Amino acid sequence: MDLAFEIIISGLLIAAGVFGIVGSFGLLKLPDTMTRLHAPTKATTLGVGGVLIASMLHFWVLENTLSWHELLITMFLLLTAPITANLIAKAHLHSFRADEKTSPTGSDRDWATFEDAAVEQQPMITGSGKNQNT
Amino acid sequence: MIEYALTFAFGCFGIGLLCNLYRIFIAPGVVDRVLALDTMVINIIALLVLYGISTKTGMYFEAALLFAMTGFVSTVAYCKFILRGDIIE
Amino acid sequence: MLRKLFPHPYLTLLLIITWMLLVNQIKLGSLVLAIILGTIIPIITGPYWPDRPVLRNPMAMIGYILVVLYDIVKSNFIVAGIVLFRRNSTLQSKWITVPLDLRSPEAITVLAGTITMTPGTVTADMSGDGRALLIHCLHAPDPDAVRDEIKSRYEARLKRIFE
Repeated sequence: MDLAFEIIISGLLIAAGVFGIVGSFGLLKLPDTMTRLHAPTKATTLGVGGVLIASMLHFWVLENTLSWHELLITMFLLLTAPITANLIAKAHLHSFRADEKTSPTGSDRDWATFEDAAVEQQPMITGSGKNQNT
Repeated sequence: MIEYALTFAFGCFGIGLLCNLYRIFIAPGVVDRVLALDTMVINIIALLVLYGISTKTGMYFEAALLFAMTGFVSTVAYCKFILRGDIIE
Repeated sequence: MLRKLFPHPYLTLLLIITWMLLVNQIKLGSLVLAIILGTIIPIITGPYWPDRPVLRNPMAMIGYILVVLYDIVKSNFIVAGIVLFRRNSTLQSKWITVPLDLRSPEAITVLAGTITMTPGTVTADMSGDGRALLIHCLHAPDPDAVRDEIKSRYEARLKRIFE
């Protein structure tokens, strides 16, 4: 019985490792900031999720101590990943407004980030030069 | 068998961290660096949990949880700073 | 009276569950402390959320969470495939506008989070009047299909839960 669980845990760990490295590799490989945003928010979430589930199973089956902290970390990461992705996208739109061809809103109001920038007119931090493809 | 899987996962997340460091080095702008830092935080959480499995203690979950929270708050603070030029208005 | 003591029952329940998970063992003492915290914190922070979120159909939430979890796993494989096997020059990333039928802020927040977690899409912004979401697609040869899928698969379900 333990052997079956060992196989499951090892499988989860290997899958998690593969997804983790794919997420970080995507960060290097994809062509511009908005596409790079996709790689870590998705691939890495399942990577860390796999590690956490494997850890939970490991402590539960092989060490006989039921531990719920992993569930807490997984929930926290699943809840915060969309928020960080959204904020990074907003910061990118703010910095490189002229370079991004965003689709129209379909009404007479602009996107919220652009409206805020038009209202405030504060000195802003922007990236170094243009959004070049590296 | 778990030891081999653990070593493999350690290697994957370690190489992932190196990729992120390289991305921070060659990034075209501030936003990319923030994104790479956020990914680094997630990879480090995974490494902490893996280390907890390999030493068979539950001690590192608190560290991982705290790291997740600090990472989230720092990413939000960076983005807020880029968006507004100020963090607490 | 009960309404005054528990202004936000869902928040109280969430706080109790979170505290029990943090303590990591089921003891009477920690349960009592969790209930005390779950009662006090919503009362103290009450001024920050004057409105109660309306949940028409809380049971449908479970089905929705299962659908989203399945989509997260699926999206991971799709994105991993795109990252590993697709050349950058053939990548068709696009901006898409999704007009919203939802009006309650909670429902729009959940929809935006769901879109970010699911296949190849990230919510980037919202229009100033809150009637459309700006979405970036990693690889979308057919943007209309993506928009229709979001509207039928997630927004219709959320409308049933929240409104």
